[in-house]
This record gives sequence, structure tokens and C-alpha cells, in this order.
Amino acid sequence: MTAVLEIEGLQKTYRSRKGVRRALDGFDMVVESGQVHGFLGPNGSGKTTTLRTLLGLIKPNGGRMTILGREVPEHLPAVAGQVGAIVESPQFFLPFTAWDTLSLLADAGGVPRPRVPEVLELVGLRDRAKDRVKTFSLGMKQRLAVASALLKNPKLLILDEPANGLDPGGIREMRSLMRTLSEAGMTVVVSSHILGEIQLICDSVTIISAGRRVAAGSVASVLSHNRSAGVRVRVEPGVDLVAVAEVLRSAGAPQVTAADDHLMVGGVDRPAWITWVLAQHEVWVSELAPVAVDLESVFLELTGTAPVDGVNRQVDESAAATGGAGGWGQ
Amino acid sequence: MGTVSLATAELRRLTKRRFVRWLVAGTLAVMVAIAAGISLSNEKVGPEQVAQAKAAAEREYQDAVRQAEQDRLTCERAPGTNGLPADCTQLYQPQPQDFSPDWHMPSTFTFKSDFGAVLTTFAAIFVLLGFVVGASYVGAEWSSGGMMNLLLWRPRRLQVLGTKLGILLGAAAALSVVVAVLWTLAFIGIASTRGTLDGMTAGAWRSTALTELRAVVLILLGTAIGFGLASLGRHTAVALGVAAGVVVVLQFGLFLVLNMASVPFGEIFLLPIWAVAWMNKEIKLENYQSCAYSAVNGCQPDTLTLTWPMAGGLWVAIFVVIVGAALWTMQRRDIT
Repeated sequence: MTAVLEIEGLQKTYRSRKGVRRALDGFDMVVESGQVHGFLGPNGSGKTTTLRTLLGLIKPNGGRMTILGREVPEHLPAVAGQVGAIVESPQFFLPFTAWDTLSLLADAGGVPRPRVPEVLELVGLRDRAKDRVKTFSLGMKQRLAVASALLKNPKLLILDEPANGLDPGGIREMRSLMRTLSEAGMTVVVSSHILGEIQLICDSVTIISAGRRVAAGSVASVLSHNRSAGVRVRVEPGVDLVAVAEVLRSAGAPQVTAADDHLMVGGVDRPAWITWVLAQHEVWVSELAPVAVDLESVFLELTGTAPVDGVNRQVDESAAATGGAGGWGQ
Repeated sequence: MGTVSLATAELRRLTKRRFVRWLVAGTLAVMVAIAAGISLSNEKVGPEQVAQAKAAAEREYQDAVRQAEQDRLTCERAPGTNGLPADCTQLYQPQPQDFSPDWHMPSTFTFKSDFGAVLTTFAAIFVLLGFVVGASYVGAEWSSGGMMNLLLWRPRRLQVLGTKLGILLGAAAALSVVVAVLWTLAFIGIASTRGTLDGMTAGAWRSTALTELRAVVLILLGTAIGFGLASLGRHTAVALGVAAGVVVVLQFGLFLVLNMASVPFGEIFLLPIWAVAWMNKEIKLENYQSCAYSAVNGCQPDTLTLTWPMAGGLWVAIFVVIVGAALWTMQRRDIT
């Protein structure tokens, strides 16, 4: 497969009276052709800055970017016609109708007008085409934004939080649409905080934290490299969980963490071994449940944004990459 | 094809906006009201009106003669009292030439002398219209996110902003020229029916046409400045705020301070003075606190004449600074 999008060592620094803030600190990203690629990161991690830089809205301080094999921003005018994008929340001139909004973009981009009803149909706004955008809900504006990105039938579709404001049915439709577009050969880059969705639809992901890539690759490889599956262990009420955890550690369990009412044991090949060890110490297991690892837990672990009791995490408090700018997989 | 399609889209965008449509319609309604008001308040002058004016002047003269006679009798009875002089021969004696029939002539629209002021009114109204439309056209694009959407399609920023400005100025020029022609025709009609076209020689028509051309240039400058300010601030309100600030701080505040400090020719800080200089080809400012003595005319105030090339230079400088800065920041600043 060929890379549709490549970013190497991207840097962006904001200077203000408060000081210097590195929004992107040598960020790397590769998206292969025909994939649905998830772009994940906590708030303020640099996702939107990356997308805006890629699309020529922000000037980088360093690094290299290519879209469809052409260096950008130098050759952005040449490839812009093949890149559809929505960046952050949908923004439109509210007094115009959906039809006006799209037809004006179509005119500006030299796209034939018949494409407008096609994309309105595709995003489910056919019957609201003549309504003013100011009457639209957030979800409908989101659909209109996606329609505007699809208008030029792009080879690369970049969607920043496309599920924002959508109802559950809309989220499912969006998922289905992305999958359909990908099957038709379109490469889709989607940024979202709904990690369950990302896990369902994406072939690959890049996770960014504090302006650096902290993980990248196929969803399966990111999951397997970053967090092993564990086993949830509950014992009979009244038993001291801290003492039980110590028993398991002494017996050789590599990872044991105690929660309020259960233990999580990781790195154990056979869950039955836990039952055997505890039975020897006359501790009787009431539940032994393998827990599948998911993208959300990997994300929280990699970005250091898992909630901690009694701590109010601030938006800039996330984990920076360790071990250089590299990542997993590829 | 690319630039043409962008230009077509921008023209559609400009003319589709209801704010623009209503503002233009409202402005045209004001223009019609002004023309109708001037038409109704003027009438054609003929022998009948001249005779009536002469009769009225004569009546006033006779009344004055009677009053003067009465005052003389009062004075002779008690010279030096009731504010009357001690020497009653010093009392004013009315003369026929003191009572001009012109004062009693009905108002009539004399195209040659009156159309200049009417044209300046047109220019002032359209400069305001152009400024607000120019500011709103690009300001709403910035604040609504429309500019960002457009740049995702057309990444050449200067081309996008330049096309927008070009389309705006083209539309403003077309509208101004059409309205100026209609305005002129309307006042030719008013002068024909309720005034006079006397004195409108070929040279006078040429001068009128040139004044109209200067009016259109002034309108385009106002439009471009509104556009440039809103683009610099990325919001319509910035342009309107700057305009309000200039009016309050520069036009009133600074002028008052300079006046209190007796700075000669403080009016040069008033932009309308430069607009009038541009429209009327020149304006003569006078410093009444100075005395240029001449044996013939006595003490005369110093004067400073602002000519239309000077005014044009100022307007071009303002245009270059504001629009240049807007283009420069468009190219340089991040779009967030």
C-alpha cells in the first residue's frame, strides 16, 4: 500500500506573553491508501493543530508533510481538490440554506452543481436542503459539514470529530458511511473521542499526546503492544484484598492491582492458576473473568489521562511520548 | 477556470446576502426620498414669481419707510432716550436697494450651482453603504468560519482575499455608476421642471462628470477600507469599532483639543474636510486668529487650501496601508 498522508517531525510553537507552548513537538504520522485511520489524542494534544497545519491553515515551524505524494503546503493548491476536510466544529454562514452553502462551495471549487443533491442525499439532508442553516441542530450542521467535505469526491477525507452532536442513529450512519467510502477506495482520517467507534471502524490509528506520537499502527497491534489482557478476580466478601494481592505477587503474578472490590491480574497465561494459588491459601474465588483490552484503556494509559480519584486533571496534563518520537507498529 | 469560478461564487455570495440586499434597498429608498424632498421644495421661477417677489420687496421697503418715519418722530420728541440717538438725523433711512426681491423668490433648483452639494450627499451616503457592506461581507465570512471552509477548497490565500475584494469593488463600482447616472438624470428632471439648467455648458457637464467620477472613486475607497479593516480584525465589528473610534477620538476629541490649544488649521484632522476637498476640487481653510494685513482689505485671516490631488494622496495612502496590511496578515497569520 502507498502512503496517502505522511507527516515527519512536524513542529508548531505558539508564542505569547505567557511564554512558549509547543503544540507539536516532532509529530509523525502515516496513513496508508484506502484505510480508515483513527487520529486520537486528549484535548489540547495537538490533533486539530496537526490537521490545520496539514490543510495549510497554520504554518508549521518545522517538519515535512505530504498528501497524495505531494509536499504540502507548497503543493497544497494542486492536491486541495482531492482532499475533503472538516476541521473542528462545523461553521457556516447561518442565514444561508444548506443548498446555498454547498452550491457556493461547489462554484468556488469548480464542482458541477449536480453533485450538491448527491451529497445532501448521502448525509440525510435532502429534505432540509432549502432550510436555513441557523435552523439546524448541531448534528445537522455536522452532517452538512461532512457533505461539504464529500462534495469534491475526495481521495482523502479528513473528518475532525464527525460524530459531534450526532444522535446514536446518526453515529451509526456516519460509521457506515465511512466504511462505505473506504471500500470505494477513499482514504479516511477520522479524529474522535468516541473510542469505541474508532475501534469498530478503523483499520489503523495514531495516538498523539503533548504534540508527539505515542502510538501508531493497526488497531490490533496498538492494543497488543500497549496493554495485555487481564483477569478480574473477586473473592468472598470480608477478605483483605491487599493481602490477597500480596499472595498472588509472591506466587509470581507479574501485574496485580487492587480496586475497591476486586483485583486485576495481568500477565498470567492460565486464569486457573490464580484459583489454584488462592485456594492453597484458603481464599475462595467468587469470580474469575477475563477482561478484553480495549482502545479506551490503551488510550488512557498512553496519554496518561485516566481519571484519578480526588485529582482534577488539567487539559495540558497528559503524557508526552517517551523514548523519542517513534511509535509502535507501521 | 479556477479564478473565474471563484469570482462567480463570490458574486453570488455577495448578492445572496439579505443584509446587503436590505441595506442597498434602504439606501436607494433614502436617495429617492431626498430627490422627492428636493423636488417638492423647489419650483420653477417665471415672470409671475418675479413679480410677486418684487411686490413683496416693495411692501417690505414701504413698511420700513413707515417705521423709520415713526422712529424719527419719536426721536424728535425726546432725543437721546429709549435707545434713540441724540442726533435724530443719524437714524437709519431705508433705501430701495436694501430690499432685494431675491429674498422673496421661491426656492428653485439651479443645476449648475446646486448639483455639486447633491452629488456630495450621494457620495457620503454611498461611502457609508460601501464601508458597511465591505466590512460585513468579509467580516461575516471570517466570524462564521466561511473563510476557513473556502480556504480548504482554495488554499491560495491572497487569491481568495483578492478575488473577494475585486468582486466587492466591481459590484460597488457598478452600483455607484448606475445610481450616479440615475441620480444625475433625476436632478436634470428636477432642474427642468422645478428649476433651471441654465449655465450648463459643455465644460460644466464635463466638470459634473469628473465630480461624479471622483464620487465613485471615494465610494470605492470607503468600501475597500471597510473590507480591509474587517479582514484585519477578522470580524465586522472591528471595522465598525475602528470607524466609531476614529469619529469619536480623531474627529471630535482631537479636533476639540487642537481647537482649545488654538492650533491653526486643526480642521485638517477631520476626514470629511478631505472628502469635501476631493469632491469640490479644493477647500480653503481660514485661521481667524491670524491677521494678514493689506491696505485694500484690511486684516484678513491666513488661509490654507487643500486641493483634490492632496486629498487623493491621503485617501490612496490610507487605502494602501489598510488593504496592504489586510493582504499581508492574510498571507502571514494562522487561521485558527
